[in-house]
Amino acid sequence: MQLALNELSAQHLTAKPLAKAALHAVTLSVRDGEQVAVIGPSGAGKTTLLHVMACALRPSAGSLTINGQAPWRLSATGLRNLRAALFLAPQVPPLPPRQRVVTAVLAGRLPQQSLWASVRSLFYPSDIALAERALARFGLADKLFERVDRLSGGERQRVGLARVVASQARLLLIDEPLSALDPTRGEQTMTALTALARERQATLVTSLHHVELALRHFPRIVGLRDGQIAFDLPTAQVTAEVLQALYAQHLHELSGAATLAPLQPPDEVRPVAMHCR
Amino acid sequence: MPPHKLLTAAAQTTAPSHRDPAWSRRLSWSLAALVLLWPMLVLTEFKPWLLVDPASLNPTLHFLGDFLPPRFDLPFLALVARETWRTVAMATAGLVLALLLAGPMALLSVRALSVSALSGRMALGPAALRQAVRWTLVLLRSVPELIWALVFVRVVGLGPTAGVLAIALTYGGMLGKVYAEILDSGETHATNTLLRNGSGRLQAFLYGLLPQNGAELTSYTVYRWECAIRSSAVLGFVGAGGLGQQMDASMKMFSGSEVATMLLVFMALVWLADRISAWLRRGLG
Repeated sequence: MQLALNELSAQHLTAKPLAKAALHAVTLSVRDGEQVAVIGPSGAGKTTLLHVMACALRPSAGSLTINGQAPWRLSATGLRNLRAALFLAPQVPPLPPRQRVVTAVLAGRLPQQSLWASVRSLFYPSDIALAERALARFGLADKLFERVDRLSGGERQRVGLARVVASQARLLLIDEPLSALDPTRGEQTMTALTALARERQATLVTSLHHVELALRHFPRIVGLRDGQIAFDLPTAQVTAEVLQALYAQHLHELSGAATLAPLQPPDEVRPVAMHCR
Repeated sequence: MPPHKLLTAAAQTTAPSHRDPAWSRRLSWSLAALVLLWPMLVLTEFKPWLLVDPASLNPTLHFLGDFLPPRFDLPFLALVARETWRTVAMATAGLVLALLLAGPMALLSVRALSVSALSGRMALGPAALRQAVRWTLVLLRSVPELIWALVFVRVVGLGPTAGVLAIALTYGGMLGKVYAEILDSGETHATNTLLRNGSGRLQAFLYGLLPQNGAELTSYTVYRWECAIRSSAVLGFVGAGGLGQQMDASMKMFSGSEVATMLLVFMALVWLADRISAWLRRGLG
């Protein structure tokens, strides 16, 4: 699925009407099957951008088209069908605590399932093999029948991502998939996500704090700062200077970018000459 | 330093930014509540000390003495068991009908399942529908079940049917309102995400709202079942049958011992409902 945002502005999800816009005049287009990483300091508007793309937030100005259609002009059924074809994974895993992992993962199929099949699946999960395959991609196959609240934070996040495998979405919008994961797990999860998107030829847009991982796994990086696009470049052109300009005043968030050279190299400290008197 | 001196010292040296901003509002609301309470106590002639006045203590003890010993002979116990079963059946049937009424109405009035509210304000049509359903629920529960029972006794005659219908209507209104409030006040993130990803409303309820709030819904329903048992006792006084009618008959004949037995049965039923609720909460929680 292809996306096109044109001079789009949007308010934050819980903002008052006269508050400052979270996104301002954003112009972005994503081709079918492309994989894009959105990076930027906290408060830049990454979550708002993903919610706008997922038709979960109405833009206050500008236009959004998905596959050439304006989603907010569609009928209720049309909008629902569009939402069924995309997958928004929020930052906090959307899992009810007392639900079992198998049901939580199979909930990804709900848009394509009839009501009766969903009710039957509640009593006895109808495609346990699918849930197991989905969890195995993220290293959680042994947690198939566990309850969600018995898992750790990182495991819950990966279960939320495993739902993507059960869905049939062609547009994947993932908000901070690695926030609760250690570096090894983060690497594995990112590999699994990008491989899945490539297999399905689905468009993948992810927001990330881990700049290093973004540079390693994605061919295109979009930098967001204070609600505006700072840059939109192929990964090879994203240098340390570009990153430092993006994260200026937030440099502590730019951790793990080991190839960064500091702006001002520290002066050579010359030893003080000791004069013995 | 003694505690009161510490407090005053702390108050004197507190900078304006360290004062609790909620304190003045809390204090004024508490004083307002007390000011409202005083005329209510005067109006209801609230004089609890009269209970232990010697002049009233004598008749009270005499009345209570009539209750002991409770009547435990076998034919009477068999009668009580039959009437208890009838009361429990009346309460359970009434509550099941109330559930059938309250379930759909609660789902219709829940804000968390609104698709238009996902991306901003709810559209006018859905908001009006939800408001209309809320008003219907208010209407159902504002008429006391005793009045409904009196009406139904005229329509369907004496017996448990009148009680079942009365409980179904009133409790339908109560259950509908509280279910909607429980579903709306719980965590709605999982349900929102399911709706945003294109699932249907009932699917979002079954996979999002229900697992999130299942324990609260169950414990409230079991509590209401317990209340329905007590209600059916009261409705028995107007002819709906069951333990209440038996209690009415025994009180008219001044046999306190029979009433005492039936009250003990009531206490056992309430205790049973409490255990069931705890067991269900453990099983679901």
